Amino acid sequence: MATGVAAWLPFARAAAIGWMPVANCPMPIAPRDNSKKQDELIILNVSGRRFQTWRTTLDRYPDTLLGSSEKDFFYNEETKEYFFDRDPDAFRSILNFYRTGKLHYPRHECISAYDEELTFFGIIPEIIGDCCYEEYKDRKRENLERLQDDQEENKDLKQSNLNFRETMWRAFENPHTSTLALVFYYVTGFFIAVSVITNVVETVPCGSNSNQKDMPCGERYTVAFFCIDTACVMIFTVEYLMRLFAAPSRYRFMRSVMSIIDVVAILPYYIGLVMTNNEDVSGAFVTLRVFRVFRIFKFSRHSQGLRILGYTLKSCASELGFLLFSLTMAIIIFATVMFYAEKGSSSSKFTSIPASFWYTIVTMTTLGYGDMVPKTIAGKIFGSICSLSGVLVIALPVPVIVSNFSRIYHQNQRADKRRAQKKARLTRIRIAKSGSANAFLHSKRNGLLNELLELTGTEEDEQKLMKSTSLLESQHHHLLHCLEKTTAHEFVDEQMYEQNSLETALQAYPSHSPSIACHSSPAVTCCGRSGKRNSPLPNASPSPANPIPAHQSQLQELSALHIQRGNPLTHTSSRSNLNLNPDNSKRINCKSGRITTAIISLPMPPRRPPLPPGHPGAPSIQTTTSSAGVNIVKVSAL
Amino acid sequence: MSTMNLEGLEMIAVLVVVVVFVKVLEQFGLLEAGYDDSVEDELELSAVRHRPEGLEQLEAQTRFSRKELQILYRGFKNECPSGVVNEETFKDIYAQFFPQGDASTYAHFLFNAFDNDHNGSVSFEDFVMGLSILLRGTVQEKLIWAFNLYDINKDGYITKEEMLDIMKAIYDMMGKCTYPVLKEETPRQHVEVFFQKMDKNKDGVVTIDEFIDCCQNDENIMRSMHLFENVL
Repeated sequence: MATGVAAWLPFARAAAIGWMPVANCPMPIAPRDNSKKQDELIILNVSGRRFQTWRTTLDRYPDTLLGSSEKDFFYNEETKEYFFDRDPDAFRSILNFYRTGKLHYPRHECISAYDEELTFFGIIPEIIGDCCYEEYKDRKRENLERLQDDQEENKDLKQSNLNFRETMWRAFENPHTSTLALVFYYVTGFFIAVSVITNVVETVPCGSNSNQKDMPCGERYTVAFFCIDTACVMIFTVEYLMRLFAAPSRYRFMRSVMSIIDVVAILPYYIGLVMTNNEDVSGAFVTLRVFRVFRIFKFSRHSQGLRILGYTLKSCASELGFLLFSLTMAIIIFATVMFYAEKGSSSSKFTSIPASFWYTIVTMTTLGYGDMVPKTIAGKIFGSICSLSGVLVIALPVPVIVSNFSRIYHQNQRADKRRAQKKARLTRIRIAKSGSANAFLHSKRNGLLNELLELTGTEEDEQKLMKSTSLLESQHHHLLHCLEKTTAHEFVDEQMYEQNSLETALQAYPSHSPSIACHSSPAVTCCGRSGKRNSPLPNASPSPANPIPAHQSQLQELSALHIQRGNPLTHTSSRSNLNLNPDNSKRINCKSGRITTAIISLPMPPRRPPLPPGHPGAPSIQTTTSSAGVNIVKVSAL
Repeated sequence: MSTMNLEGLEMIAVLVVVVVFVKVLEQFGLLEAGYDDSVEDELELSAVRHRPEGLEQLEAQTRFSRKELQILYRGFKNECPSGVVNEETFKDIYAQFFPQGDASTYAHFLFNAFDNDHNGSVSFEDFVMGLSILLRGTVQEKLIWAFNLYDINKDGYITKEEMLDIMKAIYDMMGKCTYPVLKEETPRQHVEVFFQKMDKNKDGVVTIDEFIDCCQNDENIMRSMHLFENVL
């Protein structure tokens, strides 16, 4: 609708009088404007800043908040204005939209904040004017990327039940997921290096004490090199077949660049095996050996920088193509000119135009070997022009490629930085969460204390404890308390929980099959955790190669609700905890291995909340919380 | 032969060197290029601005009240902050009211009808005077205004060609998707009907007296003249 030019509607209607004499039939009746109120000023109070506008301005867009009756919800009777508790800076651009019909996106605004404001006021972002639309879309895309990154990380953390094939594929794609994958990653890397070095050393002339001429090492120690080569190819073949088996889409995997490189790397060996006896194709055999050098490309799975380089080259294909094309043109031109210029001089090396190509290329790239030099004056003049222009032609497309590379590299750096900051962010979130959980437990104990104090009758202590919690906190605690009562479970802190589940396992251990021991979970899990139970800093794990951090920090990364597989923790190895609270065994009512859900509140381990003296009198803490964290793996940075 | 070739090539080489030399000298300004660069770019004055006459004068000249003039001016200035409307803007604004068809031709005629002093832009005075006639004028004045709209070359006569142009412009605003489907000769037929009605002495043109006479005798037209009186 022509709401942007609503002010001109009376004019357009008036001008319709021009049609009247031409018309042959009577006109329809004009609509009556019954609500003939005078145009009045509306005051919009946004967080204290007052905006005023005409009512008709706002009425132009009746499907937004301000243009419809929805704004009546915000009407303040006493001050006779509409009050919105929103950001006044962002409101400016929204009100300007009503005034001018164009929505602008202020560049200093955060994209998500702005989106929220738009949603609140009922304006769809697609009507942002052309002047600001690109910027808006760019920022929105960046934001989306960031959200997607976060989601991917979370997905990695969440361990759904994968079957064997999917696990293998994940292990291949992301070697940090399990120790086995890491081992495999390093082993393949090592063998690639061995293979490449072998190829290189093969051609070095070894000692020639007994021979008349130097023989390359390859011919001297044929058997040794053949064995090394075979071993490497075995490994590569096995790796390729395993990847092929694990790939979710085999067809797509076979078409991917990496798999083609793999195939090209191992094929020469097999072809060589087949063709050894046929001397006629020995030339081709030699060529095949050249292809073995492609094994070095397998390193791109191991190096992100290589991948970035490859991606850059791919994305700059057009610039590279242009460079090639212009170079070819220049080479042909100058080669022709040089050939005809040098035709007359005796003993000229410029025997033909293709022969001059070599001179032109060497000159244009400023190599200047000097094996072909012009001798005539004309040749020298044109040769100098050739070298000058060569510099220009090559220098032009290079900045484009460089800027592309820089952009992609910085994007990757940003992604890495985000991932690193994410850890810090998660830590902050964890601390906040555990802080609130601590507060609840603290207040619970204080509540118990309060009961005790009421019994014993000290007023001032009671008051001291009461005023430490605000109304909001106390309502929140009351809510959690109600939940406890509903589920007949209680919140505990971490030490309690661990001790309880420890004793649970101890109790139930004889009745369980030995499968619950170390073998059920990955071997490294069990042994790795043994030394870390009581370490104050769980993140300082002694074994760097162990990707699964301490039990405590695992739990810390869990958010509230968690349903786990019912394997209890294997506590057999940590005897130290058993000696702590022997009297806790009485309070264990749970059966191990049950899958239950409970809200696990996890305070930071260094802070042990003081057990008030009244605690043993508290009702027994029933911990039916299942063991958690066995199958959760943390993606650590390598 | 070969020596001639060589000499020819040498000459070309020397020529190239000379040309490069000249270009380098030009770069250093030692050799004048030969044409004068106009150092001063023409200062283009920024867009024409216009301030209307005072409110009292407009009140006297038109039949609008003070408040109505205020409302009109606010709307006008909102759309055209510079105070004048040129034909392009006018066409844009008018086209927004008729999205299906092409309103540019009719807007052009309308623009000419509003632009009383024919200076290529409609100022607020022109705007308000026109509106005053259309909304608050007598039937006679409105009919005179309509006649001026149809009379494209302002010679006092409406010819068939002029009427055809106007008619085509009006039908253009309808666009393609109409029911019944618009045919090529529809405007022409309409013009014929119009002339049959208006041209009393059948001389092929319609004068203003014929026009006013005929319109005043037509009930439909009379009634429709009062249609937009409560617009503002």
